[in-house]
Amino acid sequence: MDLKNLESLSYFWPELILFGTILLISMLDLLMRNGRALAGLAMLGCAASLIATFDLYSAQPGWLFYRMLVLDNFALFFKVFALAALILTIWMSLGSKEIDQVHQGEYYTLLLTCGLGVILMASSSNLLTAYLSLELVSLTSYVLTGFLPHSRRSSEAALKYLIYGGVASGTMIYGMSWIFGMTGSLDYAAIQTALAQNQVSKVALFMAFVFILAGFGYKIVFVPFHMWSPDVYQGAPTPFTAFLSVASNAAGIAIMIRFFFPGVSTMAAGGAWTAVAGVEWPHVLLFVSMITMTVGNLCALNQRNLKRMLAYSGIAHAGYMLMGVAVLSNDGLQAILFYVIVYLIMNLGAFLVVVMIANATGNEDIESYRGLAWRGAVVPAVCLAVFLFSLTGLPPFAGFIGKFFLFAAVLKAGGVFVILAIVAVANSVVSLYYYAKVVKVMFLDFPDPSDKAVAVDRGNVTLLLPLTALTLFFGVYFYPLTYYASQSLRFFIK
Amino acid sequence: MENILTYMTFIPLAGAVLVLALPNNNHNLIRWVSALATVPPLLLACWLFANFDSSKPGLQFVEKYQWIPAYNISYHMGVDGLSISMVLLTALLCFLCIFASWGIEKAVKGYFALFLLLDAGMMGVFCALDFFLFYIFWEVMLLPMYFLIGIWGGPRREYAAIKFFLYTLFGSVLILLAILALYFSSEPYTFDMTVLIAQADKYGTKTLPIWPFDQWGWGFQHVIWMALFIGFAIKIPAFPFHTWLPDAHVEAPTAISVILAGVLLKMGTYGILRINYPMLPVATADLAYWFLGVLGAWNIIYGALCAMAQKDLKKLVAYSSVSHMGYVMLGMASFTTQGINGAVLQMFNHGTITGMLFLLVGVIYDRAHHRDIEGFGGLAAIMPLYTGVTALAFFASMGLPGLSGFISEVLVLLGTWQKYPVLTILGASGVVLTAGYMLWTIQRVYLGPANEKYLKLPEINGREMFTLVPLGAIVIVVGIYPSVVLDLLRASLDQINQIVLPHLHS
Repeated sequence: MDLKNLESLSYFWPELILFGTILLISMLDLLMRNGRALAGLAMLGCAASLIATFDLYSAQPGWLFYRMLVLDNFALFFKVFALAALILTIWMSLGSKEIDQVHQGEYYTLLLTCGLGVILMASSSNLLTAYLSLELVSLTSYVLTGFLPHSRRSSEAALKYLIYGGVASGTMIYGMSWIFGMTGSLDYAAIQTALAQNQVSKVALFMAFVFILAGFGYKIVFVPFHMWSPDVYQGAPTPFTAFLSVASNAAGIAIMIRFFFPGVSTMAAGGAWTAVAGVEWPHVLLFVSMITMTVGNLCALNQRNLKRMLAYSGIAHAGYMLMGVAVLSNDGLQAILFYVIVYLIMNLGAFLVVVMIANATGNEDIESYRGLAWRGAVVPAVCLAVFLFSLTGLPPFAGFIGKFFLFAAVLKAGGVFVILAIVAVANSVVSLYYYAKVVKVMFLDFPDPSDKAVAVDRGNVTLLLPLTALTLFFGVYFYPLTYYASQSLRFFIK
Repeated sequence: MENILTYMTFIPLAGAVLVLALPNNNHNLIRWVSALATVPPLLLACWLFANFDSSKPGLQFVEKYQWIPAYNISYHMGVDGLSISMVLLTALLCFLCIFASWGIEKAVKGYFALFLLLDAGMMGVFCALDFFLFYIFWEVMLLPMYFLIGIWGGPRREYAAIKFFLYTLFGSVLILLAILALYFSSEPYTFDMTVLIAQADKYGTKTLPIWPFDQWGWGFQHVIWMALFIGFAIKIPAFPFHTWLPDAHVEAPTAISVILAGVLLKMGTYGILRINYPMLPVATADLAYWFLGVLGAWNIIYGALCAMAQKDLKKLVAYSSVSHMGYVMLGMASFTTQGINGAVLQMFNHGTITGMLFLLVGVIYDRAHHRDIEGFGGLAAIMPLYTGVTALAFFASMGLPGLSGFISEVLVLLGTWQKYPVLTILGASGVVLTAGYMLWTIQRVYLGPANEKYLKLPEINGREMFTLVPLGAIVIVVGIYPSVVLDLLRASLDQINQIVLPHLHS
């Protein structure tokens, strides 16, 4: 279906509800100063939006708003993902002392707007909406990164983020203008037809793709567009860092898959995709993937701040996920979608522990985790160990299954990709070193007399335990997730 | 007795959960509950041993359930003679090691919960017949081991723990890649080991896209073989992947050393016999001589020479393990009935003998708080009973006739002689070296005038004897009547051997 503006609205309920919540919060914020109530409202709004999203699964897939947005299972997947991430982040924000100091009405308004941007990124089917929604995510992120008052680090991070973001999106829109110039259209479907018919200059197309990759790469955080991430991770308020670490990455992956797969490639029967002949972007991604995971892991080895370490680990994980794109197959895409969910669970879990410990000790240095298990915080310590081992990719945790499917997709593709698989497993071993270092500090080191006992907040534990349980559960029985991921690989435009 | 293997694997796991639920400070309750959780697997293992029909090759007590049908992953368990010998060893050592851990006072609950988790993982590895399941069990052992060495170990425990972890993980990911490669070569895609073995002829001739070794006739199968082999060799540990072992052994608490030497090392050779041999017979025939035979002989001599140079009693035992595992590799590489049966018997015997040795080192360490070989002297006069048991273990370890070590070493050397006389001579010279360092150690630690410092050392106590007596009994029984174990193994090992034999170009 191809709907006009007013007809589209009835398929736009999740976004509308979220948008309504955003407006309501910003207005209520003027009337009452109760941060918890606003957070509750934000959470309710997200939940309502989530219900509306599930309702849309029965709808026909199609174009909305004159082909600006697209409604298909792939878009719905990222809607569910973004809303779940929002709900978890709001919960995490409720239990964070950092967030208590800031102006909460604006914080939740901006957070939800950022989430809305993520949702729109995944459903855009036009370069224009792609760019606008990406900027929506970026702009709100800049503000939220610099949200901590009187924190130089936070302000510095926001400025760095802004400058990198500006350059990257400028490069991207330049690439988009090349595409527009060559095909005469901004609409993915029209671009695809134009590429299939016209004799476009391969070199120009390749260059345009590389420029566009700069914008996507800055969201997904792959090398060489990763420089902002460690500073931003460290400087931003931790709950927002958590959101950014999963949502920015996922949104970038979504928009990239949307553009590079249904946008400019064609799918043959059996789930194999063919790129435009002569334009070897998958091989670019192959190298980018290898370099990204290696750089991320090597830089993470010597970090002293846990948030910064997780930033580098996030870069490494972006590299792993890129493997799934580079192999150009539905297996790879399915593995990515699976990984995105698992990464959401384990990374948010790890950041939740960071929040809990920062509440008690006031800092995020790995040193402050010394002997955590022996300082009355066994539960957070064990949970963090589970998340870190899951990030390493050890069974029986979900992270193993995620990596397993990525490796499987890569090995199935065979040929030169075998090298990618070997680099990736070698990287897994390297990553164990720094993840285990944190575990070592928590369990194997004993607390100094100067280390105080760590009080554990109940509200946070109620979120922590389900996340841990899910990490274990999906490590042992992952079929529901793989099924959901495979069903989500239905694009309206092929 | 349906699902007996499941019970054996998951009762310790249930025990671990139960232990976690117990009150923190009631240490004795935690210890007894843990001990109880290891009893059913031991009884079930004995039942398996009694009811296993050893005249039939192939797998028995098979359980198979769909797990993730979309990827052909199943919960598939089953045992043959090879597995049963290992399961029996695991169940026995775990039961005894609970008692050897009685003296642990630090974070008792965590220790026993992790120990039971380790127990479950080891059982699972020996019973799993699905690659996916196998890999999960294989990795599940890593985490508890890391913590058990890292928290309850000696002064350099952190270094030893992470070294063990990194080495093993490196091996594991190679195994993982090999598993995936085999998965995508099977038709239809499956992780089921029995199916993969049945399709073994398919992997032989496949050539590779980028591969410089075509002129050697090496193909896909050889690459997979090497990946699996390196993964398993790290566990064995074969030279040059053995360096984690002395560190891990020296730092680990006594009971964990016993488990490490008694069970974990066997997983390497078990994996090679269970997976490399039947699944990749062509590569096995091509590569076994160099990578199992020559490396095995080298392991024997190198391990023995290293052991001879040690000043730390525990490190000496650790290097003697490297040496003794060399016999297993050498025997496996011979592809003769004696050699291969001797190799597996050696796996079993090494588990019991080295288990005893580590327990004995633990006994003296608990009393004297050091393990310097030079620092004792004349213990025989102070602790006669202890010295007697130690002498039994040492003699068994160096292969004195009448004790179990003799049988397996002789079988290995007999089997190997028919194929590789030179390697056999090298291997046999290891026996001399072993006798050398063992006797020299006995002389330095137990004989001579009594050391004044240790005149008051108490004799070995009842609990410690309780952990040693069953192992000592097995050492004597198997030494006199080895058929107890050999009958169990013969049919299963013959079957594995028959798959490789046709591909051997002698």
